[in-house]
Amino acid sequence: MAIKNKKLNLKDKYQYLTRDMAWEPTYQKKEDIYPDEQFEGIKITDWSQWEDPFRLTMDAYWKYQAEKEKKLYAIFDAFAQNNGHQNITDARYVNALKLFLSGVSPLEYAAFQGYARVGRQFSGAGARVACQLQAIDELRHSQTQQHAMSHYNKHFNGLHDAAHQHDRIWFLSVPKSFFDDARSAGPFEFLTAISFSFEYVLTNLLFVPFMSGAAYNGDMATVTFGFSAQSDEARHMTLGLEVIKFILEQHEDNVPIIQRWIDKWFWRGFRLLSLVGMMMDYMLPNKVMSWAEAWEVYYEQNGGALFKDLERYGIRPPKYQDVANAAKNHVSHQAWGTFYQYSQATNFHTWMPEEEEMTWLSEKYPETFDKYYRARFEHWDKEQKEGRRFYNNTLPQLCQVCQIPVIFTEKDDPSVFSHRQIKHEGERYHFCSDGCCDIFKNEPEKYIQAWLPVHQIYQGNCGGADVATVVEKYYHINLGVDNMEYHGSPDHQRWLDIKGLKPLQSNSEKKTAA
Amino acid sequence: MTIEIKTTSVEPIRNTYSAIARRFGDKPATRYQEASFDIEAKTNFHYRPLWDPKRTLNDPSRTAMQMDDWYAVTDPRQFFYGAYVGNRAKMQEAAESNFGFCDKRNLLTRLPEETQHQLLRLLVPLRHVELGANMNNSKIAGDAIATTVAQMHMFAATDRLGIGQYLSRIALLLDGSTGKALDESKTFWMDDELWQPMRKLVEDMLVIDDWFELTLVQNVLLDGLMYPLIYDRMDAWLGEQGAEDVSLLTEFQRDWFKESLRWTNAMTKTVVGESEGNREQLQIWVTQWEPRAYEALKPIAQATTGLDALDEIRAELSVRLKKVGLESTGVQA
Amino acid sequence: MSQKVFIAFQDNDNARYLVEAVMQDNPEAEVQHQPAMIRIEAEKRLVINRATMEETLGREWDVQEMLIDVISIGGNVDEDDDHFILQWN
Ligand SMILES: [Fe+2]
Ligand SMILES: [Fe+2]
Ligand SMILES: [Zn+2]
Repeated sequence: MAIKNKKLNLKDKYQYLTRDMAWEPTYQKKEDIYPDEQFEGIKITDWSQWEDPFRLTMDAYWKYQAEKEKKLYAIFDAFAQNNGHQNITDARYVNALKLFLSGVSPLEYAAFQGYARVGRQFSGAGARVACQLQAIDELRHSQTQQHAMSHYNKHFNGLHDAAHQHDRIWFLSVPKSFFDDARSAGPFEFLTAISFSFEYVLTNLLFVPFMSGAAYNGDMATVTFGFSAQSDEARHMTLGLEVIKFILEQHEDNVPIIQRWIDKWFWRGFRLLSLVGMMMDYMLPNKVMSWAEAWEVYYEQNGGALFKDLERYGIRPPKYQDVANAAKNHVSHQAWGTFYQYSQATNFHTWMPEEEEMTWLSEKYPETFDKYYRARFEHWDKEQKEGRRFYNNTLPQLCQVCQIPVIFTEKDDPSVFSHRQIKHEGERYHFCSDGCCDIFKNEPEKYIQAWLPVHQIYQGNCGGADVATVVEKYYHINLGVDNMEYHGSPDHQRWLDIKGLKPLQSNSEKKTAA
Repeated sequence: MTIEIKTTSVEPIRNTYSAIARRFGDKPATRYQEASFDIEAKTNFHYRPLWDPKRTLNDPSRTAMQMDDWYAVTDPRQFFYGAYVGNRAKMQEAAESNFGFCDKRNLLTRLPEETQHQLLRLLVPLRHVELGANMNNSKIAGDAIATTVAQMHMFAATDRLGIGQYLSRIALLLDGSTGKALDESKTFWMDDELWQPMRKLVEDMLVIDDWFELTLVQNVLLDGLMYPLIYDRMDAWLGEQGAEDVSLLTEFQRDWFKESLRWTNAMTKTVVGESEGNREQLQIWVTQWEPRAYEALKPIAQATTGLDALDEIRAELSVRLKKVGLESTGVQA
Repeated sequence: MSQKVFIAFQDNDNARYLVEAVMQDNPEAEVQHQPAMIRIEAEKRLVINRATMEETLGREWDVQEMLIDVISIGGNVDEDDDHFILQWN
């Protein structure tokens, strides 16, 4: 065959190797093959306008990913063989990993499921293929995380039953409901929620703190899997931005729908990230940067540049962004204060910051920490040292949407809890904020279904009426072993043993160990 | 200060995760086990999907097959993500060197015009069948409710995309990477009589809702006839036409199919073995779809290997199905 | 308001060459060393050229190789055979 045309460039060649394999069906109706593409009201007039966010054919994918995996597993092996867990700064750090494995890893798996599904749903083959590659990447993340944590699980408590706990523990319904919300939405909302709002806008605030935290605290296994996973993330982020631009360019009627979704998913993401905020400020023995600093760099600066770029489509920054920006100086303290009180029902330990950590918090939060939080934390610390560790035994009121207890305060008055309520079909519903309340009002039929852990305990659906039974039998938490106060816990004892130290009366052994 | 490490503090306090220990006992677990069992959400879902309000997320009723525990279906290859990409990286390296070899020596463009045309008409259109298989397996990965099952289908989905890409590259070798040959080949898929029963079958499969029915039809029945017909018999037939070099370019598919038999056989066996109810329903699907797969391949066999070859393959599939307690009709084996 | 694009790499040997090439092509960019990662940011636009990378490395280099070491990006991506560009409009 004679060579007639011009050689294809990379972009056209990639199209031939992906979307050109698709065809216009004639034996079945398009609506029957792609039944979910219409109901959200998003109008796509021409899928051929889709810009492939990356051009990775399967052969290159297998090659590069195998290379990454080979490096990663070599480090996991070395880490386990050398008992790398002994090199971390302090065993308190492991509690960040417990939060990660039970709160984040199951989301990776949910992302795999969600992308596998939408990777079938779009009638545009370019979009399908991009989603499928993300699906298998997310499967990768969920699995490498099991493997990275495997060694820690053998040496510390609280990491042993993460997926079971993700389905049940009260605060884990915060991340779980977030992803359930996205997965139960239509395919376009799913992508706006996860690819755009989560992966593009907020993921830096999840991964960079965790991974830098790991790097600062001697955790080689986590740094390695985290950064290796993040190398996939660059592709996911590109997809997130392409998706949004594509939908917005397709039809002007899409703009208000996308704006509503951006508002919703920004707010849900912001609430979810309060767990990361407390991790950064309170759970890392060696601090990387404060939550407020991370928020400034990764949301205020990067997000600002992004939303300026999207202005030309008629998209404005998310509603209640101002509330979120103001809250950066409060959320981590409020969240940690809550988890400290309810530590009998978490799968990790809590503790009060040591004096030098309090000093760091005062420096990083000059306007808020000393004024609103220090006194209470010092009081709790004193109580604990005198043998009266404080636990709160009343079950908290959860927000109907984000499912975080109603613990956050008003933007203009940090001494007043932010609490909204409305009546819907004769029932009263409670919210942590206007942001969550708005989300409910847009889709009440969805949010009245929420599996609210506290209600479920009251209704007797969690194996018992008293906290101890629920925690041990239903949550599979070994009470006092996996959780509660860190000082004096088996993990703490074991750490002192590893470091050749005797338990001391005060909390200052970290300094002598260094 | 001197740090003395006591041996007791080095000993593990447990050997694996609790969920793994509940299944296999508290002993050191394999990477396959820790990555594949009980990591998928099972209960307490918050909202019913807008796209399927009668069911929950991860609802077992998205197939008529009933399993006490879907994790009973496991992968004999023990592929988790890392093992999977490692394996495929090796396979693609071999494929790459074969494609490079053919390209450098112009092995395809040296073929007679008529043979080149046959490749575009008879082999390359299968890339569209592969895309259908890709979509189907992605759907199954999203619907299946145990990681052991879901991941095998996700791997199959990306495999099929890759195979579609290898088939497409045969055309790119023929036309010097202009895309012209792919355009031509696609017209056969759309309009040539020979492909219409297959295209109809593929489009009909795209509207199958039950994910286990879909895996049976795609990965067991259609592939069970199509892969041996195309990549063994038609491959030999192409050799007789002087196109034996094409074999180099489809080696991936031959190796792939041989490997895929391991998990598809194991999966079918486990699900049939679970209950008489499962077996009966599967038998209904086999009876319904196996003849469709046969009919879809018939024109291709007639144009190439002859129908006998397809009948022999049909008999082989029937033997394969019989081993797991299912019967396919229409064969004198 | 300033609109920064950025790219972050794992702090490893590959990153040295990437950083060197990026700084050659974008002299006004700023390099920040953070725990286990290197972040480069620039106003509005940052370009990574294949030609510069090939010169720096002394071998052929595929733009996609970079994906192994990238941790995060900010900005619209424009990628082809010869370059990887991040920019805000
Ligand atoms: Fe991920
Ligand atoms: Fe991701
Ligand atoms: Zn809320």
